[in-house]
Amino acid sequence: MATTNRTGSESTARQRPTSPTARPSEAVAGQDRRVLAVALRAFRAMPGPLLGLIVVVVVLSFLSPYFFTQRNLTNIVSQNADIGIMAVGAALVILIGGIDLSVGSTLALSLMSSAWLFRQHGLPFTVCVVAGLVIGALVGLVNGVLSTYGRIQPFVATLATMSACAGLALYLTDGNPINGFPGWYLALTSNSVAGIPLQAIILVAVYLVAAFWLNFRPSGRALYAVGGNAEVARLSGLNVTRIKIAVYVFAGLLAALAGVIVGSRLDSAQPTAGTADLLNVIAVVVIGGASLSGGSGGMLNTFIGLLIIGVLNNGMSLLNVSPNLQPVVIGIAIIVAVLTDRGSRSRFLA
Amino acid sequence: MSRRDDTGLVCVGLVKSYSGVTVLKSVDFGVRPGTVVGLIGENGAGKSTLSSVITGVVRPDSGEMTLDGRHYAPSTPSEALREGVVLIHQEIRLLPDLSVAENIFLGRLPHRRGRVDRDQMRRDAEEVLSSLGVAIDPRRLVRGLSMAMQQEIEIAKALSRQPRYVVFDEPSASLGETETEHVLDRIRALRERGVGVVYISHRLDEVRTVSDEIVCLRDGARVADWSEAGVAKESLVNAMVGREFTYEHVPPKPSRDEVVLEVRGLGRRGAFADISFSVAAGEVLGIAGLVGAGRTEVVRAIAGVDRPDAGEVIVEGARLPTSGPRAAIRAGVVMVPEDRKGQGLNLDRSASANLTLPWERELATGGVVTQRLLRRVGDEQRARLDIRGDMSLPVQSMSGGNQQKVLIGKWLIKDPKVLIVDEPTRGVDVGAKMAIYEIIRTLAEQGMAVIVVSSELEEVLGLSHRVLVMSGGRQRGILSRFEATPQRVMELAVASDRPETPTLGSTTDSPTAATTAGR
Repeated sequence: MATTNRTGSESTARQRPTSPTARPSEAVAGQDRRVLAVALRAFRAMPGPLLGLIVVVVVLSFLSPYFFTQRNLTNIVSQNADIGIMAVGAALVILIGGIDLSVGSTLALSLMSSAWLFRQHGLPFTVCVVAGLVIGALVGLVNGVLSTYGRIQPFVATLATMSACAGLALYLTDGNPINGFPGWYLALTSNSVAGIPLQAIILVAVYLVAAFWLNFRPSGRALYAVGGNAEVARLSGLNVTRIKIAVYVFAGLLAALAGVIVGSRLDSAQPTAGTADLLNVIAVVVIGGASLSGGSGGMLNTFIGLLIIGVLNNGMSLLNVSPNLQPVVIGIAIIVAVLTDRGSRSRFLA
Repeated sequence: MSRRDDTGLVCVGLVKSYSGVTVLKSVDFGVRPGTVVGLIGENGAGKSTLSSVITGVVRPDSGEMTLDGRHYAPSTPSEALREGVVLIHQEIRLLPDLSVAENIFLGRLPHRRGRVDRDQMRRDAEEVLSSLGVAIDPRRLVRGLSMAMQQEIEIAKALSRQPRYVVFDEPSASLGETETEHVLDRIRALRERGVGVVYISHRLDEVRTVSDEIVCLRDGARVADWSEAGVAKESLVNAMVGREFTYEHVPPKPSRDEVVLEVRGLGRRGAFADISFSVAAGEVLGIAGLVGAGRTEVVRAIAGVDRPDAGEVIVEGARLPTSGPRAAIRAGVVMVPEDRKGQGLNLDRSASANLTLPWERELATGGVVTQRLLRRVGDEQRARLDIRGDMSLPVQSMSGGNQQKVLIGKWLIKDPKVLIVDEPTRGVDVGAKMAIYEIIRTLAEQGMAVIVVSSELEEVLGLSHRVLVMSGGRQRGILSRFEATPQRVMELAVASDRPETPTLGSTTDSPTAATTAGR
């Protein structure tokens, strides 16, 4: 996702920062060897994605003076809020060994439905937003039911709903965007609380809730069991079918939530919004170290994956790398992430 | 068999061990052209290993083989094939979406000018099928054919290679009586054509009727052979089990009177039928039988993993719902499955997380499962079952014995009423074996009703108050501890249905089998 072309009230990264930041290289100078050894050990113990993120941030800080500024960094987070929220759902689905190709189209359909209900039927906008979220959850329900009771492989089931939702989103308004929403809705993405953009706060909140659920709640922890070995989970008395369906419903709901943010940011409901985000969303999860065969991954790593994608895209824009080349770099990042992850895993098991 | 003459396939002093366990102990074996050698033995006696060595599936650690006097040391099955030695597997391994002819000639389809020569293939397939007396169109797909027909195709596939020696590894395991008779006819026909046949089977009657010579393996060694006709079945049985027990007999404490688990007429089509027994508090009931007898299928149905289609399970007077494992666990019926890696444990997760998996809802305080809770549960079970290893590391890092203890511990966190243990010591070293026996005894003494399923006869006999013996999906008898001699159990375990009883196994053909009473 290119960080340029974003409209909205925020300042773009192109604005020059006035205060020079401390250079990271100064800190290293004059340190003695033992500290270096300790640092090196900490470095090794670090999860691979975090290491990758640090490397990318350090390199970009040297390459561009605008990169390591507070404004630019918060921009990276808020500009990727929609992808980040969808990635939470995608990470959950991938964790249970499934895949959801329909996230982007679900975003488009739920956003268009909200706008259409507001414009065509004059319903209160709050009701429309809630209706959009419900539609997202319903798409997830269809995905879940098809891939469990229907015994259709999730790839195929969500491919079908992806196509159907994309079509419906266009059909609702005959392909036309809908503009003009209440002011409070636009404030969702233009306002800040204590200097932090509201959408960044929403994003982080979603990650925190999901992380808490996954690590501490029995129903969330069950996802690891289902993804690791569904038969073990079933024999342990878990209702595997219900868990799987619930995860797809969450993924649909989160895609709809991402749609709320996109609509607010653009002050416009575009029928093709989000449909290009699918690969970025999956890239975020994979760079975060999740395996598509299920059972591994977590919210912290997914968030780091999101930052890596965001930082790379942002950095390349700052460095005036051609937008056409940026996906190439993302592709390389995916391969590097998977290869290094495999290396660290085999070291751990040895 | 010594090297009396050079003709035939001769093995001398074969030794094979897997990770420290010797499964073949200097075995001599031979088969001459135009003869059938029956190979019998208990589960784990080394029959399959021997047939794997002969057919190049595994290489022996030491020992020599000669084929008609020439050195023979196949390192792959295809090398053995080139020498004319084929193995016909226990399980049928045909590709359902290919035609009969394609399956027969898989990997060596006849071709002409770079294209598969379908006419040639069909003619060749027809020829080999008709030589077997099988009437089937070689162009039809394998999918949907009966098990018996598929077995015939497996045989045709083997014969199309013009073998000089054929090893049948329990070809009748999934076949009924009349279909087995066909297979035996094929074997006789092969013998007529001068092929040397090794026939492995648990069904002693078949072995007796078809073999010219019978060899018995026990614990990886050749213990007996017979070359005269009309060997008494008893002497075969005695040779199979006639070993000293190597564990110390600790007689279990007597069980109490109150019945905890009652099974009435349980059946599942194609797997087992008419199973009825009860287990009292404090009692260990063993289920014995040879591989494929339906033991695991029965306990899976009791634990709610598979849905039975006849009969009922009653736990402390209440009928157990058949809606799934969850209902059974709620009612206090838990099962340690035989396949630890595939069904028991999540190897990538910590031992503690594996322990709590079924119980997190109950254990959570305020709906939250904390690290402290996991550590506490892990420490409790580690102390209780003497688990060696770090409970916070992936359970993969533990030895097989400790993994098994974790798996047992998982079901002890909320004291169950009925504990089912399927193959309690599979893949476990000797020390851990004894510890697991001790755990099972202690649990029974505390009043749990325990069911132990095991392929190791001495394990079942040593642990149980009573032993239920199965064969062919039927219950052949329940023996008390004092009646249950190895010979008596083995006699029941090799029992087969009389011809008038509908056979199980051939699932597609006999839907009535599951409801017909066994004897």
